[in-house]
Amino acid sequence: MAVTVRIPTPLQRLTNGQAEVQCAGQTVTELLGDLERRYPGIKERICDEQGKLRRFVNIFVNEEDIRFAQGDQTAVKDGDEVSIIPAIAGG
Amino acid sequence: MSLSNDQILRYSRQLILPEVGVAGQERLLRSSVLVIGAGGLGCPAALYLAAAGVGRLGIIDRETVALSNLHRQILHSTAGLGTPKSQSAKQRLGALNPEVEVVAIQGSVTSENALRLVQDYDVVLDGSDNFSTRYVVNDACVLSGKPLVYGGVVHVRGQVMTILPRRSACFRCVFPEPPAPGDIPSCQEAGVLGSTAGVLGSLMAHEALKVLLGLGEPLVNRLLVFDGHASRVREVPVRRHPSCAVCGEAPSIRELVQGEEPSCASAPPSAVAVVDVRPLRG
Repeated sequence: MAVTVRIPTPLQRLTNGQAEVQCAGQTVTELLGDLERRYPGIKERICDEQGKLRRFVNIFVNEEDIRFAQGDQTAVKDGDEVSIIPAIAGG
Repeated sequence: MSLSNDQILRYSRQLILPEVGVAGQERLLRSSVLVIGAGGLGCPAALYLAAAGVGRLGIIDRETVALSNLHRQILHSTAGLGTPKSQSAKQRLGALNPEVEVVAIQGSVTSENALRLVQDYDVVLDGSDNFSTRYVVNDACVLSGKPLVYGGVVHVRGQVMTILPRRSACFRCVFPEPPAPGDIPSCQEAGVLGSTAGVLGSLMAHEALKVLLGLGEPLVNRLLVFDGHASRVREVPVRRHPSCAVCGEAPSIRELVQGEEPSCASAPPSAVAVVDVRPLRG
């Protein structure tokens, strides 16, 4: 099963420069686990030590904010698109 | 108010737009925008707002013009190195359009002054460069019901969103809390392409003008994401979050919180310590 994960620019150095990668999993948590297996070090940039999504980062499954769904237990399926979007402070 | 001949000429190319017209132009001349940060976003935004004839522009910035600013901060000049950015901005904007009243404020937006600052303007445009300021500005605008255009830029990407307090998602609805210091690189550390800042700053001015004119569909409940690598614009739908700390159903932020001083890399994580309501002007 393959889900497309859009990687924000600052994390693309961990995905060999790729803006989109394919990962597998039934839920967002599993997806992030697979992402970490493929690209070690990326998960800690998205989640805190307890594995919770960092509060200035948001994840959208097919453009739906997962905090309005089942959070990190939100289901994902083949063909879904997942975007990881951190807030930007720079001006 | 009726337009002078010079005004009719100066604004002729937007006056003839049915969406603007004489009524719209007069509305702009009577309106005001607070631009927070005369940096990569604030510079292009303020130029377009002044050129469009927004009657009063507040420009707040704490820094002085440095050589490393000039590749993107297009209000400032080599001759103005060392000048406070707010002053440099005022000079340039005054030269562009002397009809605009430019209020130059040298300093930072803090939990102490934010409510008072935003009160004096119709729309706030946040082009600051750090999370502490952004959360203070968001909270001040939500608490005072002031429309806010958020924009951020880093590297070759950016985001823009327009916030109509208590009617659309605010910054905290989408990104509940600031990161700990060092979690996200600043422009200084990550770099930024000047033209990317120009794209985002122009979009912010565009949004502010739309809100002032009541025109079209502002980016409310939509986070626009610009990817400058691919020159691709995407938007993600966002909405008010019931547990938002400032505009949710049981907000924990009812007044601005002390202890969030805006310093780029050394800001402490937001201290949640509610202080007494400060006496406010107006």
